[in-house]
Amino acid sequence: MVWSKHDYDDIPGTYVFDGKHAHDSYAINKLLFSFCEEANRAEFDADPAAYCDKFGVQGKFKEFILKQDFLGMLRAGANIYYMAKMAIPRGTSVQDCGARMQGITTPEFQAKLLKNREGLEERLAKREGYWNG
Amino acid sequence: MAKIIGGVTSSHIPAVGNAIANNLQQEPYWKRFFDGYKPAQEWLQKHKPDLAIVVYNDHGLNFFLDKVPTFALGCADTYENADEGWALKPVSPFTGDAQFSWHIAEKLVEQEFDICTCQEMKVDHGFVNPIRALYGTHDVWPIKAIPLAVNVVQHPVPTAARCLKLGRALRKAVESYPEDMKVVIMGTGGMSHQLQGERAGLINVDFDLETMDRVASDPEWFANFSNAEIMRIAGTEGIETIMWLVMRGALQDNVKVVHKHYHAPISNTGAGVLVLENTFL
Repeated sequence: MVWSKHDYDDIPGTYVFDGKHAHDSYAINKLLFSFCEEANRAEFDADPAAYCDKFGVQGKFKEFILKQDFLGMLRAGANIYYMAKMAIPRGTSVQDCGARMQGITTPEFQAKLLKNREGLEERLAKREGYWNG
Repeated sequence: MAKIIGGVTSSHIPAVGNAIANNLQQEPYWKRFFDGYKPAQEWLQKHKPDLAIVVYNDHGLNFFLDKVPTFALGCADTYENADEGWALKPVSPFTGDAQFSWHIAEKLVEQEFDICTCQEMKVDHGFVNPIRALYGTHDVWPIKAIPLAVNVVQHPVPTAARCLKLGRALRKAVESYPEDMKVVIMGTGGMSHQLQGERAGLINVDFDLETMDRVASDPEWFANFSNAEIMRIAGTEGIETIMWLVMRGALQDNVKVVHKHYHAPISNTGAGVLVLENTFL
C-alpha cells in the first residue's frame, strides 16, 4: 500500500488537502465539523478530553485539540475550513493561523498581504476597462 | 423558453458577510471593495433575472468529508443557511425552483454530467455572501436561487477544463427549459489566496488580472491550467477560481464585458467582480 505522488507535492510551504490528509485526519475533522451545532460546542467546552474520546481523536491529534494548537492540527492534516470552526469563535482568526504557520505576527502577516498588492492602481491602469470609482 | 442573460463573478469570503451584517461597507478598509459592486448591482436591477444559479463550494456545512460529491445541484423548493460554527445569525431561507432544478439535473445527466441531486441542502457563506453583496440582505430575497456546489476543498477536485464543459452543458440545460424566465449564473470564489501552510498570505495580482481578462475573452487559456499549476501560481484556495469557468461556459462565446472590478487584499484574498452579458438578448 502506497500513497500516490502528485504534481503539487513539491509546492513549498503548502499542504494540499487530498486523500492522504483526509484519511489520516478524518476523526479530528469530524470533531471539528460537529462544532456547527451549538450544543456540541457547549459539550466540548464542558469536557474537551471526553469530547475527543467520543470522536476517537487520540494521540497527537488529541493533544493538538486540547492545547488548541492550530498549527499542529494543520500540519497533521486537519482541513483549514474545519479548523476555522474551532479557531474563529475562540478569537483566533484565519490570519492569526496563517501568521503562526510561518512564525510571524499577525500584523506582519497583514503587511505581507498588503505588499502583494503594491502598485495595484498602476497595474490596473495598464490594463483596459477596470472600474476605478 | 428560459434564457441566460449573463454571468457575474464574486469572491465569497466570510468577512464580506460580517462587513455587511455590521454595516461596514463605507469604512476605509471595505469602501473600494463594495463600491466596485455597484455597477453589477445596477446591471442586475436593470435586467431583473428571475433566478440565479450560484456556483460555489461548500466549506463543511452541508457536506462533511464522509461523502464529497464533485458536482451537486440543489433540487429543493427552499435552501436554508445555518450556523457554520461561528455562532452567526443565519440569513433568511432562499426560494428555489424544484421543477427547474430537476429539469437541469435531467439535462446534465443526459450530457454525461452525472451530478449529485440534493433535496435538502444547507447553503453556507460561499452561496450567501455573493447574493448579499449583489442584492443586499433581505427577509424575502428578491431573486430565486439554486445552489450548484463544486468540490474544490478535498482533492481530487475537478479540472478547470471540466468546469468549463459543465458550464456548456448547463447552458443547453437552461435553454431547453420550456418556461419563460431569465437566468443569471454566478461564478463565485477566489481569486488567488492561500490560507494554510508557511506560504499562507500569497496573492498573485498579475495572475488574477490576466485570469479576469481571459475568463471573458479566452476561457480556454484558464481551462488549460492543471490544478497543480493553479495552486502553485494562485495558492491552494485560489483553486476556487475554476468555478468561474462553470459560469463562463454557460454563456455565449463572445460576451459583452459590462463591468470589471478587482481589489486586493480583502481578508486574505484577491477579489474580482466580472459582469458578462449575453448580447443576443
